Amino acid sequence: MEWEVVIGLEVHVQLATQSKIFSGASTAFGAAPNTQACAVDLAMPGTLPVPNEEAFRFAVMFGLAMNAGIGKRSVFERKNYFYPDLPKGYQTTQLEKPIVGEGQIEIHLEDGSSKTVRLHHAHLEEDAGKSLHEAVFDSGHGMSGIDLNRAGTPLIEIVSEPDMRSAAEAVAYLKKIHSIVTYLGISDGDMSQGSLRCDANVSVRLKGEEELGTRAEIKNLNSFRFIEKAIKVEAQRQIDLIEDGGKVIQETRLYDADKNETRSMRSKEVANDYRYFPCPDLLPVVLTDDYIEQIRGELPELPDAKCARFETNYGLSAYDADQLTQERATADYFEQVAAKSGEPKLAANWVMGELAALLNREEKSIADSPVSAEHLAGLIARIKDNTISSKIAKQVFEAMANGDGDADAVIEAKGLKQVSDTGAIEKMVDEVIANASAQVENYRNADPDKRPKMMGFFVGQIMKASKGQANPQMINKILKEKLDALL
Amino acid sequence: MAVDAQTVEKLAELARIAISKETIDDVSSRLGDVLQLVDQLQAVNTDGVEPMAHPLDAVQVLRKDEVTEPNRREDFLALAPLSEAGLYLVPKVID
Repeated sequence: MEWEVVIGLEVHVQLATQSKIFSGASTAFGAAPNTQACAVDLAMPGTLPVPNEEAFRFAVMFGLAMNAGIGKRSVFERKNYFYPDLPKGYQTTQLEKPIVGEGQIEIHLEDGSSKTVRLHHAHLEEDAGKSLHEAVFDSGHGMSGIDLNRAGTPLIEIVSEPDMRSAAEAVAYLKKIHSIVTYLGISDGDMSQGSLRCDANVSVRLKGEEELGTRAEIKNLNSFRFIEKAIKVEAQRQIDLIEDGGKVIQETRLYDADKNETRSMRSKEVANDYRYFPCPDLLPVVLTDDYIEQIRGELPELPDAKCARFETNYGLSAYDADQLTQERATADYFEQVAAKSGEPKLAANWVMGELAALLNREEKSIADSPVSAEHLAGLIARIKDNTISSKIAKQVFEAMANGDGDADAVIEAKGLKQVSDTGAIEKMVDEVIANASAQVENYRNADPDKRPKMMGFFVGQIMKASKGQANPQMINKILKEKLDALL
Repeated sequence: MAVDAQTVEKLAELARIAISKETIDDVSSRLGDVLQLVDQLQAVNTDGVEPMAHPLDAVQVLRKDEVTEPNRREDFLALAPLSEAGLYLVPKVID
């Protein structure tokens, strides 16, 4: 039997507003507990919510970027449930009339293919606080602590149609959402701080079957890697269950990364009846066409458009352009290097090669790169004008990463300038030939079409003698002349 | 529309309200009366009428994105039955 996995995602994105969605408390991450939870966030009697204009502007930007309809009249509803991190006893959210309607985006898969994923809708809502269950207290009272700083932070929840057919597609979709929200600047997208989290609805069916299988919802996945693993392990669990004659039940499950398994969250099952109703504290929010069109006019260049422009303007391959445009910071860095060095292809190779390896090794983001775009452009200029070879350039790059100044300073201080002096190179070539009579003899006796390959030995020796600084093109030329003269 | 005892118990649990066994019959008959009124409302023909989000014919005013609330943690924590290390204490929460 061949099975097909069906996945729909609900992605929660924290919006990068200064203040909360319904109050003037700060949303800054990492503050001391409860120092950013005001009377509205705590649901003190008599308080009333007033929505944040910026949250709407951000949601509209997102909707336009997803080619979606914008809800010109959106309505807040109350989703009722009791949990200690939700002081009001309900979450203010949108159900019937969300701010963003149906839309679609194209995702790019690793094999180079593309696929369209439909957006069901996206709505604005408030985040809840945090419960701390770990031993954060000195005394052993065994109680939980509640920090309400996050309560009321604006979120957009982005709900896809069940259009994804593998864990890899789900990850590609999520990466695209991440890319779009960070390009728009409406979220920092930092998954480690919970700025972007995801619930996955997973079901399986026999290939060719029209009807969807019963789904399980995996809650609160907060890294690309966990999402991929959780979906794979959950799909396999359902397949095994059905093949053993069992039935999948609709439920909420939690992914345990340590054990790499999902397990049922029975505690929340009973309360799964939210009794939504329109929030009487909030009026419908009406947005005008002028307002929406003004936002459309202010949208930055988005990943797909940037990718296409990189291919056309810089002559990059589709793969390179895609890699460079996934993150806006990387794209901006590349463009600076390309502009300053005038060598887009070299710039692309260095950004995706040495620079990416360096950042990976030092666990840094490109914004904190130890090598600035200006320094990298300076280095590429020295490769271009033959001051240094590509091989020496790697050495210069490492020195720049260690804070030894720009490329010219490093080349000067370490005496790495490429030797392009004909006399000096001839001398080195002569020395190597004189000390390798056996190899010279072999060269002379070899078949003419095998000779070019045999030159490698001599080039290596000369490079070694010049500490890698001799101009490779000149070595090849002079060496060939001298060897052929011995024939 | 009648409300049976089981529905009353479920609603009570969802609303975190304690209803004793003795009062369930009374509560269900009174809820039934309310639902009778709802049935009357349901009978009205509402074809082509937009569901009402709010009784006022007004639209929401939005505020600027500015931090206006100071930190009043100590005042608020003082209102809670239990707090420690800047956190509100609640009976253990298990997911």
